[in-house]
Amino acid sequence: MLTLEDTWVDMGDFTLAADLSVPEGRRVAVLGPSGAGKSTLLAMIAGFQPLTRGRVMWRGAPMTDDPAARPISMVFQDNNLFPHLTVTQNVGLGLRPDLRLTREDRNRVEAALARVGLTGKGARKPAQLSGGQIARVALARVLLRDRPILLLDEPFDALGPALRAEMLDLVGELARETKATLLMVSHNPEDARVMSDDVILVVDGRAYAPVPTAQIFDNPPDALRDYLGR
Amino acid sequence: MAQSGRISRPAWLSHWPGLVAALLLVVLVFGTLLAVALRAEGGRGLGPADWAAIRFTLWQAVLSAGVSVVLAIPVARALARRSFTGRTALVTLLGAPFILPIIVVVLGLIAVFGNKGIISITLSVFGFEPISIYGYHGVILAHVFFNLPLATRLILQGWLSIPAERFRLAASLGMGPTDIARLLERPMLREVIPGAFLVIFLICLTSFAVALTLGGGPRATTVELAIYEAFKFDFNLGRAALLALIQFAMGAGGALIAFRIAMPGDMGTGLDRAVQRWDDSPIQRVMDVVFITLASLFLLLPLMMVVLNGVPGLLSLPPSVFQAAIRSLVVALGSAFLTLTLAMSIAALVVQRGAWLVEGLGYLTIAASPLVVGTGLFLILFPFVKPSDLALPVTALVNAAMSLPFALRALVPALTSVERDYGALADGLGLHGLTRVRLLWLPRMRQPIGFALGLAAALSMGDLGVIAMFADSQGVTLPLQLYRLMGAYRMEDAAAAAVLLLGLSLLLFWIFDRGGRVNADT
Repeated sequence: MLTLEDTWVDMGDFTLAADLSVPEGRRVAVLGPSGAGKSTLLAMIAGFQPLTRGRVMWRGAPMTDDPAARPISMVFQDNNLFPHLTVTQNVGLGLRPDLRLTREDRNRVEAALARVGLTGKGARKPAQLSGGQIARVALARVLLRDRPILLLDEPFDALGPALRAEMLDLVGELARETKATLLMVSHNPEDARVMSDDVILVVDGRAYAPVPTAQIFDNPPDALRDYLGR
Repeated sequence: MAQSGRISRPAWLSHWPGLVAALLLVVLVFGTLLAVALRAEGGRGLGPADWAAIRFTLWQAVLSAGVSVVLAIPVARALARRSFTGRTALVTLLGAPFILPIIVVVLGLIAVFGNKGIISITLSVFGFEPISIYGYHGVILAHVFFNLPLATRLILQGWLSIPAERFRLAASLGMGPTDIARLLERPMLREVIPGAFLVIFLICLTSFAVALTLGGGPRATTVELAIYEAFKFDFNLGRAALLALIQFAMGAGGALIAFRIAMPGDMGTGLDRAVQRWDDSPIQRVMDVVFITLASLFLLLPLMMVVLNGVPGLLSLPPSVFQAAIRSLVVALGSAFLTLTLAMSIAALVVQRGAWLVEGLGYLTIAASPLVVGTGLFLILFPFVKPSDLALPVTALVNAAMSLPFALRALVPALTSVERDYGALADGLGLHGLTRVRLLWLPRMRQPIGFALGLAAALSMGDLGVIAMFADSQGVTLPLQLYRLMGAYRMEDAAAAAVLLLGLSLLLFWIFDRGGRVNADT
């Protein structure tokens, strides 16, 4: 269980409160108007956003301050890869942050790349990859990090519709294989409908507790209806 | 992503390297000042020679800044409204004097404006007396050489900051050149000129090498030169310390004024385009061509003369010159890497704790003068060691401190954007401490690091300041060796040594700057 226990951040002109739990293994979409705080919610869970109040718990224990030590992998909207490192190095950071990779580490990197469909691309630099391939590299690293929580912050919003559907499928498969708890911010309600079990609605300075996807789309609350425009 | 700009992350690096670096600079400036203050001898107060030095220092700084700015206005205007082949090269050239060794430029100016220079020779053909470069006018001429390009770049920046739409609007309203000058250009100049004037005034306030080579005597001695003479000729440490206090007071006064006036920063980018205008006339065209030609000649002729005069003697240079060159290279490299270490440490502190630190250190080095710091270090070290034994390390240290603000200006924005773009990713992956430096900072900041190293190395290579106080007849650097050759009237050797020094300075800058650019995965 991932729990945000009475959490609150106050950044002066912006506040966000969340008091909610996500059961292990669920796939959750985070929806809401831009500027409402969807990314902030993920940053709070990942440890990038210091909390004014409250705490984030995993399996009943509070998380550490160090983002790297949390049981979390995160994929950002962009800048997921270091442009000066090769694909192998970028993925290898998921095993060893100092990049002193052993032969066995390299084999594991190669296997992860094969799993996301990038066999033989290890020596390339990000500039030589397409947008879809870059996203795949980031997912290969997620595989190696093997953390129980996966946070995705609009990672595929810059991709075309067909490519995005493909990547969402891949994420779904990976999450199933690793039994990861998934939280994904998206601008596209359709994505949420296709792949999430639950929806967290973020609106008016508050992140609401997850509601089953089918339920919330069949009978949307006012805030979601305003956002969806229907 | 709407809130990402506001995310503040926990500290991922210890603060102490930055604090140590900042503290080192503060101690270097104020510790030496304290040593100077304790040793200063009021005695009979300031003599007439001291007052003359103070008057000359202030007067020449005002005049140098004034002449530079006034001449820069038509040159900047011409560059702002003309596109021509070589414009980019000329704008780049305007940034070059900053890394030229002062003593090399002085030699070049002597070759053009000296009593055996090309102007004097031309005059004598027509039966006129040759002109002399030694004295106050030579000091001001050299200051204008160094600062006219700086003023031109700052004012050009102002010109190019006027939005192109304003000129289009002016054209559509049928405004002539006088209307445009009144409504667009003069308001801009009123904004830009005080800052440009002040920057140059402050630079000229701490002029030592120019005054040493072209000035001197009762009518052209700056306070810094007076400090040096009190050291070298009288070995009167009390008087040197008193003069150093005066120099610091003048610098601190200047820094206080700078604190109240918006100081322009030479961004160095975006100057490679001209503004399209519709108020052109043949007279303007002729004027612009004349000003651009004169400015280019003024900058290029002295340097060309240095090369022409010096190249033939390069191979017959005495070994002592090459030994001095090697010493200078070692000092320059040491100083450059010290600058980088200090600047990176402080930059890491700044991105976590805010930019006030950079500003503070910037003002600190405005107020500080290398010669005052040198005087203080001399007073501190003198009882324990022979200062000449430490001449080279002290020179490297003082040079590094003086290069620090420029390095910070390049590194802090770069580190800020690296951390903005990749900080969260690096945090999430656990890139801490030196791993972060090795895998993220160094590779992502190669360009500004190369630039900072090149600048610091070139500045140190050409520096003629503290070394003149500390060195004895042995262990001199190339600029000092060059000065001694000039003093001994061995002009051929001096000219050849100047080519060597010029080449090494430019080469150092080029290698580092270039090294930061090639194969940079941006």
